[in-house]
Amino acid sequence: MGTRYWYKAFAVAAISGLVLAACAQGGPAATTAPTAAATATAAPTVASARGTGGDLKILYWQAPTILNPHQATGTKDNDASRLMIEPIAAWGPDGKPFPVLAAEVPTVENGGVTKDLKTVTWKLKSGVKWSDGSAFSADDAAFTYTYQCDPKSATSTDGGCADVASVTAPNATTLVVTYKNPQPFFWLWGVGTSYGVLQKTQFSGCVGEKAKDCPANLKPIGTGPYKLREFKPGDVVLYDLNENYRDPNKPFFKSVTFKGGGDAPSAARAVCQTGDIDFGWNLQVEAAVLRPMVEAADSKCAVSPQFGVLERIHINFADPSASLGAKRSEPDTKHPFFSDINVRKAVAMAANRTAVAEQLYGKYGGVPVCNVVVIPESFVSKNTASLDTCKYDLVAAEKLLQDNGWVKGADGVRAKGGVRLEITYQTSTNAVRQKTQDIIKADLEKIGFKVTLKNAPASTFFTNTSPDGANKFFADLEEFASGQEPDPYGTLLGYTCDERAGSANNWNKGNYSRYCNPEYDKQFQIVRTETDPAKRQAAAVAANDILIKDAVVIPLVNRVAPTADGASKLLKGHQTSAFDSSLWDIANWSK
Amino acid sequence: MGRYVARRLLVAIPTLIAISFVMYAILALAPIDPLSQFGVDPRVPPETRERIREALGLNQPWPIRYVKWITAMVQGDFGVSFMSRSSVSDLIWQRLPNTLAVVGVAYVVGVLIAMPAGIVSAVRRNSAMDHVISSAAYVGFSVPTFFTGILLIIIFSIKLRWLGFIYDSTLKVTDVPSLIEQLKQSIMPISVLGLFDAAVLTRYVRASLLENLPLDYVRTAHAKGLGERVVVLRHALRNSLIPVVTLIALGVPTVFGGAIVTEQIFRVPGIGELLVTSIGTGDTPVVASVVMIFAALVVGFNLLADVLYAVLDPRIRYS
Repeated sequence: MGTRYWYKAFAVAAISGLVLAACAQGGPAATTAPTAAATATAAPTVASARGTGGDLKILYWQAPTILNPHQATGTKDNDASRLMIEPIAAWGPDGKPFPVLAAEVPTVENGGVTKDLKTVTWKLKSGVKWSDGSAFSADDAAFTYTYQCDPKSATSTDGGCADVASVTAPNATTLVVTYKNPQPFFWLWGVGTSYGVLQKTQFSGCVGEKAKDCPANLKPIGTGPYKLREFKPGDVVLYDLNENYRDPNKPFFKSVTFKGGGDAPSAARAVCQTGDIDFGWNLQVEAAVLRPMVEAADSKCAVSPQFGVLERIHINFADPSASLGAKRSEPDTKHPFFSDINVRKAVAMAANRTAVAEQLYGKYGGVPVCNVVVIPESFVSKNTASLDTCKYDLVAAEKLLQDNGWVKGADGVRAKGGVRLEITYQTSTNAVRQKTQDIIKADLEKIGFKVTLKNAPASTFFTNTSPDGANKFFADLEEFASGQEPDPYGTLLGYTCDERAGSANNWNKGNYSRYCNPEYDKQFQIVRTETDPAKRQAAAVAANDILIKDAVVIPLVNRVAPTADGASKLLKGHQTSAFDSSLWDIANWSK
Repeated sequence: MGRYVARRLLVAIPTLIAISFVMYAILALAPIDPLSQFGVDPRVPPETRERIREALGLNQPWPIRYVKWITAMVQGDFGVSFMSRSSVSDLIWQRLPNTLAVVGVAYVVGVLIAMPAGIVSAVRRNSAMDHVISSAAYVGFSVPTFFTGILLIIIFSIKLRWLGFIYDSTLKVTDVPSLIEQLKQSIMPISVLGLFDAAVLTRYVRASLLENLPLDYVRTAHAKGLGERVVVLRHALRNSLIPVVTLIALGVPTVFGGAIVTEQIFRVPGIGELLVTSIGTGDTPVVASVVMIFAALVVGFNLLADVLYAVLDPRIRYS
């Protein structure tokens, strides 16, 4: 019996392994980062009494697993916590802060921001209460800073902490944020999804190492329109109306059911076809499927897209050849043919972004774009449309290669001095991305490249540890997307010399192209430090234009932001902000 | 028999340790990274990622992590999920009822359909009824559950609007209306899984019974003048069921493992769905615990099947 038994044991282990391997293929689609924005105009107010609505049904195909926004691992967690935990201000649809716990937005003009752009004084609303009935004060916000920026708390939101010197509360309704250096983007700390204010009483025992397993992470008390009734991590969150909410007429719904899990296409069906759901998050469904559903005569949903997530192709400036061994893709290596700007330009000219946007994304998914900074409007360059790198022109691309000595061989692949234009093009596993690869590949092969396509599941692509990952970039081209913030600093940072990813920084830094150009860095420094908004804006545009002219990155589609959400046609008071959570204005929603 | 069971249980320990090691090694060496959840979110800079990695204990070498994990596991501590920061055993307990209510019920339904169908089909061999049942079993066996699941959703939820397809795990069955609600929300996944199980089992019941029907002892029973019903049910069926019972016992652990695809389609927050999501997010503590529980159940039910064999068939003796 021994042999048979061991055989069975082995079978169990083998099957478990197979299950693991098979399932790893189906990782979640990459979540892109929404950033924050607020309107000067308040969302339309609806004349309705508090709690007169029934249950609001929200469906996310990724399920929330934690309700503390500072320990969040994805948009799902941020959004599920947003019904309870609020920031001082939200990012409105216009990319400006919209006061939430704040009474007004500080500016240099109203004296809230000092002339040196180092100190920002927020006036907070008075009389705000937590859902447990206790009084909210600026002290809670100052405590949130302590919690969030303690390195031992290991929060996922401490990205802004490095620039902040202190956050203090001189009195209950005043909060003073002091930056270490003049901060042109002086709303950095306090606005948007990363800055939800926690209750000091509840979280004071959870700072530092204790933050990780703190029970309050699963049942936070907030100031928002709803309070928690029940939370099953990875499944569902149930909320009740918060009787202590500051606006006596809101919220309209008596309760909220926030269900997670499943897939995007069936979520779209539940919102648009059966009407079982009032709000469906991120209906990332192919244009050919989504459009008929939304536009059908008996459709129960509407999608009103905002854009602000850039889908683009990065060109590798380092040499990814496997023969280099440990030096592979290191910043100090040089790509065998992408070091020739004409080859890079030819790739850019062969990118049919209009076809990609129209065929694969559609009007609810994205629009073609040829800029690196795509929002907010004031920072978007108007100079790039006329550049040759932004025009789809295969004839011109071929000519450029031919004129510069890249000659077609017998097999149709161009070469020069023994270097053949053979490229590997990688992305994360995702139907739309893979179809994009097909479109780009077909055109590149027409002009004399040989293209090998590769894809890796999101869980192994968006990581510094995997050889298939975007960070190590062991390929020549790679495609992915990321969201943009109301300020272009973060977007532009990822192309500076200091940020080049390599083994020295454990492949962690954001310049995956390993691009390095002193001219670009000069413009970037102005964006970083200039206090005159007009000069800063000009520098941001100039930096953007360098990246396009130099064919560093090939922008494809300005995708819907924060996500392509479908809302029931019955839902009123809902406004989308590309810069903040999909649920940023949920207090205003009614039916 | 007692000695036999004791020995088998002792052998199970090194088996489970070997399984745990292989499984943990696969998980640790796979390039899945829990921090990939952040994508290329510009708000989560590299320093932040490193701090989170350290807080999760991922900066330690994996053999050390394995020893820590297995030591805690032996003491009944399944660890803490990377994603929800809550204990893995809580997550599993929250999901077990949903899995049992859907996958468990489906298994029972499958057995209840397979028994009579297999018997009828064997006894009335080559009749029209046999052809219908065999063809149905063949189709049920061949069509994948993710296809039938989506088909049912499109017919009953979207076209006819009779049933919802978003499972509500917070529904508590306390009275008749709530029971009806529960039936309405679980009937589609139960049908999908139950019919699949039934298709598989029917073929076994039929084949096993067909092997026994021509044997001498059955003819003897007929010759004694016993009725057809008694001959089939009391004599032939009892002997035919021996391999079937083993098969059913071996299938029970898969119930606890959940139905990965079906749970995902119908949004049933069961164990299978937990396993899949956790694999996708690199939530090692959850994946490791669920796989270990599954492995322990398989080892346990293997033993049970062998013991049942001896109980059902007095000719088999373990010593």
